[in-house]
Amino acid sequence: MRLKGKGFPDQQRSVPFTFDGERMTGHAGDTLASALLGNGVRLVGRSFKYHRPRGVYGAGSEEPNALVTIGHGAAADPNVRATVQELYEGLEARSQNRWPSLKTDVMAVNDLLSPFLGAGFYYKTFMWPRSFWEKLYEPFIRRAAGLGALSGDHNEDRYERAFAFCDLLVIGAGPAGLMAALTAARAGVDVILADEDSRMGGRLLSETTEVDGKTGHLWADDVLAELRGMDNVRLMTRTTVFGAYDQGTFGALERVGHHKPRKGDELPRECFWRIVAQRSILCAGALERPIAFPNNDRPGIMSASAVRSFANRYGVVGAPEVAVFANNDDAHRTARDLIAAGVKVSALIDSRDDVEVKVDAPVFTGARVVQTSGRLGLEGLTVEQGGRRHGIKAGVLAMSGGWNPSVHLTCHMNGRPVWDAGIQSFVPRDGAIPGMTVAGAARGRFSTAACLADGAEQGAAAATALGRKNVISPDVPHAEGAAYRHQPLWAVEGRGRKWIDFQNDVHVKDIKLAAQENFRSVEHMKRYTTQGMATDQGKNSNVVALAVLADATGRGIPETGTTTFRPPYSPVAIAALGAGAQGKGFAPQRFTTSHAASIARGAPMIEAGLWYRPSYFPATGEKTWREACDREVQMVRSTVGVCDVSTLGKIDIQGPDAAAFLDFVYTNTMSTLKVGKVRYGLMLREDGYVLDDGTCSRLGEMHFVITTTTAAAALVMRHLDFVAQALRPDLDVQIVSVTEQWAQFGVVGAKSREVLNTILDKPIDDDSMPYMGCADVGVAGVSGRLFRISFSGEHAYEVAVPARFGDSLYRLLVANAEMFGGGPYGMEALNVLRIEKGFITHAEIHGRTTAFDIGMDRMISPKKDCIGKTLARRDGLVDEGREQLVGLKPAGAVKQLTAGAHLFDAGAVATRENDQGYVTSVCYSPTVESYLGLAFLKNGRARHGQTVRLVDHLRGIEALCIVCDPVFFDPEGGRLRG
Amino acid sequence: MVKLIAQTPCEGQLPMTIGDVTLTEVVIQTAWNVAPFAGKEADVSKALEAQSGVGFPAANRMLTKAGSRSIWVGAGRALVQCDGLPELSGLAAVTEQGDAIAAVRLDGPAAEATLARLVPLDLRVSTFKRGHTARSFVGHMAASVTRVGAEAFEVMVMRSMARTLVHELEEAAKGLAARA
Repeated sequence: MRLKGKGFPDQQRSVPFTFDGERMTGHAGDTLASALLGNGVRLVGRSFKYHRPRGVYGAGSEEPNALVTIGHGAAADPNVRATVQELYEGLEARSQNRWPSLKTDVMAVNDLLSPFLGAGFYYKTFMWPRSFWEKLYEPFIRRAAGLGALSGDHNEDRYERAFAFCDLLVIGAGPAGLMAALTAARAGVDVILADEDSRMGGRLLSETTEVDGKTGHLWADDVLAELRGMDNVRLMTRTTVFGAYDQGTFGALERVGHHKPRKGDELPRECFWRIVAQRSILCAGALERPIAFPNNDRPGIMSASAVRSFANRYGVVGAPEVAVFANNDDAHRTARDLIAAGVKVSALIDSRDDVEVKVDAPVFTGARVVQTSGRLGLEGLTVEQGGRRHGIKAGVLAMSGGWNPSVHLTCHMNGRPVWDAGIQSFVPRDGAIPGMTVAGAARGRFSTAACLADGAEQGAAAATALGRKNVISPDVPHAEGAAYRHQPLWAVEGRGRKWIDFQNDVHVKDIKLAAQENFRSVEHMKRYTTQGMATDQGKNSNVVALAVLADATGRGIPETGTTTFRPPYSPVAIAALGAGAQGKGFAPQRFTTSHAASIARGAPMIEAGLWYRPSYFPATGEKTWREACDREVQMVRSTVGVCDVSTLGKIDIQGPDAAAFLDFVYTNTMSTLKVGKVRYGLMLREDGYVLDDGTCSRLGEMHFVITTTTAAAALVMRHLDFVAQALRPDLDVQIVSVTEQWAQFGVVGAKSREVLNTILDKPIDDDSMPYMGCADVGVAGVSGRLFRISFSGEHAYEVAVPARFGDSLYRLLVANAEMFGGGPYGMEALNVLRIEKGFITHAEIHGRTTAFDIGMDRMISPKKDCIGKTLARRDGLVDEGREQLVGLKPAGAVKQLTAGAHLFDAGAVATRENDQGYVTSVCYSPTVESYLGLAFLKNGRARHGQTVRLVDHLRGIEALCIVCDPVFFDPEGGRLRG
Repeated sequence: MVKLIAQTPCEGQLPMTIGDVTLTEVVIQTAWNVAPFAGKEADVSKALEAQSGVGFPAANRMLTKAGSRSIWVGAGRALVQCDGLPELSGLAAVTEQGDAIAAVRLDGPAAEATLARLVPLDLRVSTFKRGHTARSFVGHMAASVTRVGAEAFEVMVMRSMARTLVHELEEAAKGLAARA
């Protein structure tokens, strides 16, 4: 129900929303929780394990009970805390973990079975038979116990990531945080002030206390106005600093779109911030703890501070009659605020004997609540005082067991908090997070006056530590400074379950059972009972649970110790952490200059690393990729084909020692290469295995350009940089990638020179451009480079121009090739052409093969040292029995070969023990008119002519093959020299 | 006689204005990577300055003068943009890079906030002033980021990633503009 004239929500502005399909109305400024209470709704959800009816417990991010699903379909957001969700027009909220409805939930039968379902039940019951766990027990338990569910549909929502930097990060904008930020900001410090709430001010928004003679929230507004006017201050509302990490880095989650109706799709739902700060001040305040008394979880039983928040800030109360139960003076404040707002307080129950209570309501001192009633919402309670029992009528019970400082962030780097007997709670350990200090209630200074003074002091200290001179501490405003008076009360004896962890349904008896079964360590108790393991991470239950465990094991709380808190402070959507990486955002896309022309010809593009390359170019009437591929191969072998090879790595190597450097990284000698010539080269890793292969062209005495495979371009670049910087700093050499500078095209086939001569400024012939030659050339008036090299066994060239001309040159080359009966070809044909010639790719040099294995051990020059040379000589790496590169041709009825298949002796059983090798590459060769394969076979070079058995266990294919030389076509190389 | 037609890396994609930021392509006519050989940095700097007015930049700095620029792009490396490079043979490795780079300029009050969505650097004007440059990332792309004005930055990535660069900047700017 609404309290007239109370709270900030604009009671003139109605905001319609639905809860479980029922239309309701709240006001602008409400949270979903306050709007529900305003509509008289106390029952909001069902508990995790026993499906007990639950209502709103708190008023902030610590809420354990009131979890709802917002929205529907793919955009549905489960497990949203109703106390955090701001109300907006058209908001759709649904309760969770109930069926068929919130009021009638079939699974509530679990609650009746609770004597059998205590802590450890699952561990003891579902142990055997073992095979039942995965198929039967786990799915059943998961269905029965749980929170909200995702839709299973692809979520298109936009999330965002961002970085922020500051001198000082102030976490929390209550009285301490505001004073800290103000003091530091006035000293010129670059400040970020972050607060999880939609409005800054912390408890000042929820209390009626005055600061400097003004209502607390008005004072906060004045401070915020001053901060907002400063260039060196950044205010981040709705931003939860959820984790403290190394080097002053903090993770923070900003709710950007959750509080607004969806309009278009451009507003991010959330932003995942990484904030880097030189110093930080934690002003996270404190959380009120519950008291464990029988049936203390009925809808309507709330933390006392939440009852005040709802009354003072939102102008709502859950029921017309409210009782208050506490072990501290906050009880009195709660009662006074409610009475002032016109709410009937049916009882004030203070567990302490010796207190004077000045409240105009029935008062029970030295009393306890020993029972409650009301199935779907609190109706009444039984109070015991001096052996007498009293029945009290109440729809809301405000309870307070004292306060726990929010120490969470100080634990994120393994700092354990320390026990403070004065407040019966844990406080942060000094220096737990480098550069962080803690101020206000977060370190147990609970009064408003103490928070303001502490904030000012820590803010000034931070400014000084940041090197600001003459930091002036502002006058600390006057505010209430009452001492925190309380007397520990953790659990009340009585019949019925006394709940501690509302979110994971853990009660006092569970913890006692853990102790009884010898799970006495706090860490064991936590895992045995699951206390503190729900999404609220034990924010409300932790200290009470420890106190009960301490009592059960006969130890004190400090000896019992505490479990730690890990990030995140409150739940973070995985979508926010992975923002921007949905779909193709996963990695950058690299496009060649011929991309548009390839697409225009209908080529399907395939990914090669980050690059997109054409698979094949379908011609009219072709129905399969094989038809296109066969045609393209035949075209290259008979006339001419054009292929974009720009994706191969190109590295410019210059310097007085460039030649010496290349001799060191290649197995063969490059220093003897003449200017204007190209040589094939092989690189080894330091362990002697093959790293990569490519070509090396000498453009000048001190200037080379080498190529790498597409796949290994970055790897080779990294390797060369490492060699130059770490292994051979004595060599004066510079290494620069020029992959992106040049668009390079293969012009391949018998007619390649004729096609090139249509565009070269100066025609070439065999004398001016012999096999393995290179030169600077003019290409249609542009300075380019020409290399006579071949990856197909044909008379072929690669022509390069600056990338800006790539699109134009590609289109021109293809058009001119077509005049000679040729055209473009794609990756499929390129692969067939190289297999026909036995040329290797990373399918063969996959990281486990040596130069010996691929038949290139003679390329390791005996005349000089090179990387990998020594280790390549190890006995095991040059053993004749090693798997060696061979060719395969089908020899039996089955003509298809498959890559990945394994090889066995013709008569042998196809088992692992009999394995003789494996197939790395296969194709159908229209040139040879047969399937061809490249494979590694034990002692393979000595087995040419033998028949082996190919078995593909995965695809169920078997074929007999003849072992042969890997060069299937033109072994003499006559076509190359053309 | 046929003539080859030049295309810029971001051809047809820019300019665009989204909210408070404008993205424009920076068309690079000529650019060279200049990497001085051992002990030749001072000679290179002198030769560069005599010809173009800008010397070899210090780490994380850009030098500009009358249309010439030299931008630090890594240890011992500068990207030099000017009309005609001086003769540096024997002094430095000179490599053409004018076609290797996609460069985009961000202008406007939201330029810094847009980059803050993609670049993990402290770009506050107090620490990253005009003429400051860094090698970093834009999203997942290796990039060079330079502040060229109070509300202006230039980012450079590999040419082949131009489309991803524009897309990432556009998405970041849209998300930012939608908050307004």
